[in-house]
Amino acid sequence: MARIIVVTSGKGGVGKTTTSAAIAMGLAKRGHKTAVIDFDVGLRNLDLIMGCERRVVYDFINVINGEASLKQTLIKDKRCNQLFILPASQTRDKDALTKEGVGKVLEELSKEFKYVVCDSPAGIEQGANLAMYYADDAFVVTNPEVSSVRDSDRMLGILASKSRRAENGDEPINEYLLLSRYSPARVKAGEMLSVDDVQDILSLELLGVIPESKSVLNASNAGLPVILDEQSDAGKAYVDIVARYLGEDKPHRFIDEKKGILGKLFRS
Amino acid sequence: MSTGSPSPHKTALEFKSTSLNVPSLILISDQINQFEHHLKEKIAQAPEFFKHSPVLIDLQDINKKGLEINLAEFVDVLKIHHFLPIGVRGGTKEQNSIAIALHLPVHSAHSTMPPAQQKNQPKTIKPENQAEQSAQTPVQSNGIENKLVTQPIRSGQRVYAKGDLIITAPVSAGAEVVAEGNIHIYGALRGRALAGAQGAEDSLIFCSDLHAELVAIAGNYKVSDDIEDAVKNKPVQISLDDQALIIQPI
Repeated sequence: MARIIVVTSGKGGVGKTTTSAAIAMGLAKRGHKTAVIDFDVGLRNLDLIMGCERRVVYDFINVINGEASLKQTLIKDKRCNQLFILPASQTRDKDALTKEGVGKVLEELSKEFKYVVCDSPAGIEQGANLAMYYADDAFVVTNPEVSSVRDSDRMLGILASKSRRAENGDEPINEYLLLSRYSPARVKAGEMLSVDDVQDILSLELLGVIPESKSVLNASNAGLPVILDEQSDAGKAYVDIVARYLGEDKPHRFIDEKKGILGKLFRS
Repeated sequence: MSTGSPSPHKTALEFKSTSLNVPSLILISDQINQFEHHLKEKIAQAPEFFKHSPVLIDLQDINKKGLEINLAEFVDVLKIHHFLPIGVRGGTKEQNSIAIALHLPVHSAHSTMPPAQQKNQPKTIKPENQAEQSAQTPVQSNGIENKLVTQPIRSGQRVYAKGDLIITAPVSAGAEVVAEGNIHIYGALRGRALAGAQGAEDSLIFCSDLHAELVAIAGNYKVSDDIEDAVKNKPVQISLDDQALIIQPI
């Protein structure tokens, strides 16, 4: 059985798709067969970040409606043969997703894959609800600012009450905090919430801090999951996050300002 | 399904003794119009609380005064206003037989509430006291309605306790915790806390770190802006004194 991971946040623009792409690639590169699904029906982005937008034939909704098989629809990543992408439909909307349909697709994927990463859309409507409904683990992506923290908090409440695990009375979803776009220099200057502030509000296990980094935007534009940019801090942060998720003990590297290098980079 | 004959299967039902708290409605006047008028007033104050509320009709007072009433009429009025009469007590023989005809059980007149408690109630409009009494009883005499929450209460979540509410985790901004009794929060309170939700003015709120958006006891509230900085970010006890919320550091 696959482990189903949802990458969610409530708020938009915090880095869910970037994180989904990076985590999926990270898990695949560690040798685990991984599928990543774009749940953002109508606002498809994951294929761009993964750099496979020119190879999309069928999509998630086609599979749900039985118009195409999973095998036909899954796009194999060119850089890692353990990674497959299930793109969203751009011409439909979120109502095309049904609980039964999503459940069937996830069940089929579970037979073949070790990890299934669900890239949730923003908001708390149908798309986001279905992305998290079948999850075993939740990566809650949060930016260190108050509105993002509050939306994450709301999402955590939904994870705890409206998921399949909650409805069946099973063990609750494992929730992990990913703090993205973090800038130690701005925290120091009092312009940004610190890791401690966010953890205090959300009382959640910190899986990793992803520093604010130009490499994220560059990687997105190039259709390259940022985890493959091993020189960048963001790439390193995601490598650490995947390792921690797999049970390794890694110290947090990007919480404190490092010898002024980060400070220089982010002071602008 | 056959009864009496032994069956190899598990029994389909079981009778157990149980007791429950039900508001009793003491009739004071034999005037049906007056009764309905006061009833409407009470409902207007808390429509949700009274809707489909079970109620025991108490006839002791009215019989003591020797007033005669048409029980069926009173029952009809109660039903029209969405009460669910579940019995009468203190009725005369005739009233009891009417009650049975109306499918209402007849309860014995003494028992339940100690008479002293009733006498202490000032002789104003009775339904009012009834409403308060019924709300307070579970809090004061009945511990089973209390609720314990050990998980953080997230933004957008709402928790309601019929008795005391004890929370051993933080309450997030945008969350709402409501209790008919006291509220204890062993963590930060960033959301809203409303104690004494059914009017119990002696309810208290305790929290170990006050950042609340709003605190209220028995409908008397303070929003964050009205809370003095001196008590913020501190462990506090909140009580109600003559319609004013008192927030004290502890």
